Amino acid sequence: MRFRFTDGPIDTVQARRELLDLGAGGYVSFEGWVRDHNEGQEVTRLEYEAFQELAVKEGERIVADAMRRFPVKHALCIHRIGTLDLGAMAVWVGVSSAHRGEAFDACRFIIDEVKHRVPIWKKEHYRSGDSGWVNCERCAAAPNHIHEHA
Amino acid sequence: MQLKIHYYALMREQAGRSEETLETSAGTPAALYGELVDRYGFTLLREQLKVAVNSEFSEWGRPLEPGDAVVFIPPVAGG
Repeated sequence: MRFRFTDGPIDTVQARRELLDLGAGGYVSFEGWVRDHNEGQEVTRLEYEAFQELAVKEGERIVADAMRRFPVKHALCIHRIGTLDLGAMAVWVGVSSAHRGEAFDACRFIIDEVKHRVPIWKKEHYRSGDSGWVNCERCAAAPNHIHEHA
Repeated sequence: MQLKIHYYALMREQAGRSEETLETSAGTPAALYGELVDRYGFTLLREQLKVAVNSEFSEWGRPLEPGDAVVFIPPVAGG
């Protein structure tokens, strides 16, 4: 499995071990962390939720795409679900390859595609006590607004 | 016919449930979404969503069969 979910902390030591290869000259990883602000709001924690059955399939397809595009040895992505505090690691991507260039490229490709394609959602909780689903609330507010004034 | 529907994220909160089995005459995911907007007042426009049938991405005009599992997919935000 080259894409998986965990509801506990991501074990990066174990994950890195899965990429070891005597033909690899290097390894690149990306860690996504829970940040204390977003778009002007003070964030206190995040909740991640996924449609896991489809998300794992789509995640596997992304890693397979990356390995077709870039000649890397191994690639793996692990995503957290559940409630995460500030500073926690929400996602980890690791790639090993013979040379560094393709490892950087594949790692970047995987995290970008995961953000765009995999059915995972995050709810931000704010210092103000308010909360909102990222990418859903503001775009959802627009049609209501139009409707009210129609 | 009966369909199984799962709700996630904002849609789960707006529907007040994470899944249900529904008796419907909606023949496509597009028609089904229209029905559910009337029932639950979903604020997301269909154009903002993707849809999955039986755990694979689907077209909105795909004919639905009895027992199909449908999931509407709000804008994603992984990472």
